[in-house]
Amino acid sequence: MELYELGIKAAREGLAKGEFSSEDIVKSVIGRYHERNGEIGAYVSFDEEQALGLARERPRDVPIAIKDLINVVGQPCTCGSKILEGYISPYDATVIANLKKNGFFPCGRVNMDEFAMGSSTENSALAVTRNPYDLSRVPGGSSGGSAAAVGGKMCIAALGSDTGGSIRQPASFCNCVGIKPSYGRVSRYGVTAFASSLDQVGPMAKSVEDAAILLGAIAGRDEMDGTTPDVPVPDYAARLEGADMKGVRIGVPREYYDVKGMDAEVRRITEGALKKCEEAGATLVEVSLPHTEYAMAVYYIIAPAEASANLARFDGVRYGHRSPLSKDVFSLYCKSRAEGFGAEVKRRIIIGTFVLSSGYQDAYYTRALKVRTLIKRDFDEVFGKCDALLTPCAPTPAFRLGELQDPLTMYLNDLFTIPSSLAGVCASSVPAGFTESGHLPVGVQFICAGYDEERLLRVSKAFEDIAGA
Amino acid sequence: MKIDVGYVAELARLELSEDEMKTFQPQLEDIVGYVEKISEVDVEGVPPMMHGREIVNAFREDEVRPSLETEVALANAPARVGDEFLLPKIVEGAES
Repeated sequence: MELYELGIKAAREGLAKGEFSSEDIVKSVIGRYHERNGEIGAYVSFDEEQALGLARERPRDVPIAIKDLINVVGQPCTCGSKILEGYISPYDATVIANLKKNGFFPCGRVNMDEFAMGSSTENSALAVTRNPYDLSRVPGGSSGGSAAAVGGKMCIAALGSDTGGSIRQPASFCNCVGIKPSYGRVSRYGVTAFASSLDQVGPMAKSVEDAAILLGAIAGRDEMDGTTPDVPVPDYAARLEGADMKGVRIGVPREYYDVKGMDAEVRRITEGALKKCEEAGATLVEVSLPHTEYAMAVYYIIAPAEASANLARFDGVRYGHRSPLSKDVFSLYCKSRAEGFGAEVKRRIIIGTFVLSSGYQDAYYTRALKVRTLIKRDFDEVFGKCDALLTPCAPTPAFRLGELQDPLTMYLNDLFTIPSSLAGVCASSVPAGFTESGHLPVGVQFICAGYDEERLLRVSKAFEDIAGA
Repeated sequence: MKIDVGYVAELARLELSEDEMKTFQPQLEDIVGYVEKISEVDVEGVPPMMHGREIVNAFREDEVRPSLETEVALANAPARVGDEFLLPKIVEGAES
């Protein structure tokens, strides 16, 4: 077994016993990177010297691949965009500082859709990332590089970020475990903002236990991010002890199963997952989240609106691309942004600006915020009746590169992941099987109440233990 | 819904090419047409959800703390003069 194949838990055990050092792991990952990255394209940059240097300073720590929107001091942070070409981070994000405090260090930067806008990583201006299970297919997105690196065994584990499904859908496509923590559970300080009322950083890993260890390392209060509450972070990994499906009430929201666009194999695997839970002692409870059908519409108002404000900072003044063609400040803004941003980012900025513009704000943005309240209330209601929801994660397995050309069709990928993001609750994607036709991985989604990551991880672990059965 | 893409792009400080205008127009109208679905929902008396969590006034003490050094903050500047970011002139008619 090569060291790059290890997960966090196994790596830690080997490090503790002195069987190998962090430097050995990094060397193995670098070897794998040279062997596979040309094909898979998971990484967009890999500062081998920095990674080896950190490994020598911390000989018992575990390297983690970092999504290219999280600042690591001295490293590029392109966010998949031409507008940040040449940018070097002046400081560490809080999640990076937390990793370093808790036995980890950053190692390589992985690809993503530009500014996390997309579901296939095809919107990256930097590189093409391919699904390690089928190189003609996408890894999902926006954390497609993280998922391809984990699924392709090109890292021990990775950090991703999730705004409307960007951890969970690629985790489903690439056979990894992904956790979208509750809103505010993990600090976003130093993480480039897309939609600030939704963004969360989370782990992408080879097992639920690894994801639990990594989430415990990054979560918690940060005074640099006012949305992080002073709620204690349990030892998630220790609480997995004895995780079991017996007596767990699994909610089956009918709106998620009545969807016509769901692929037949995804349906078979998800319904199979329900059956396995029941056989392992869970009780299935039919529940309803009546406002589910409006979630996509709400999201595609709120997320672009927030993005249009967040991305105003890319103006060619303080950092990032500045157009050489500009003669005055107005054209400096307009041309720098025109040259720096890709098509999807421009579309979302325009949608966001439109729904916030005079005369339209009440009908679109404010109304969307009210419908969001109703979506959140739906979740509050069902968590009185069940412990966790089990749903499909993405409506299809990984699709082919170039297959989805129409923006609105691409958006439908996040149909099942968006509602829980809007509600601010926590959710996971856990591998559940492979398609019969193409041997493509398919994950299922578990959703738990806000700040109930402990339960989410326990249910996910209990499922992982029976999923292969 | 007809969107004046040129006008909205100008509000967003984005210069669009002719080709982009042509491609975006139907795409944006499709997207806006789709999100209009929310007009079906009865939101009478429903408060807006402004944040991902209910938080009111996340304050901290207003005290001076260490922050980025000037050189570090300027390191990514596209153009600088001394300790400042350099820009084309902003005020019409002023000496540049």
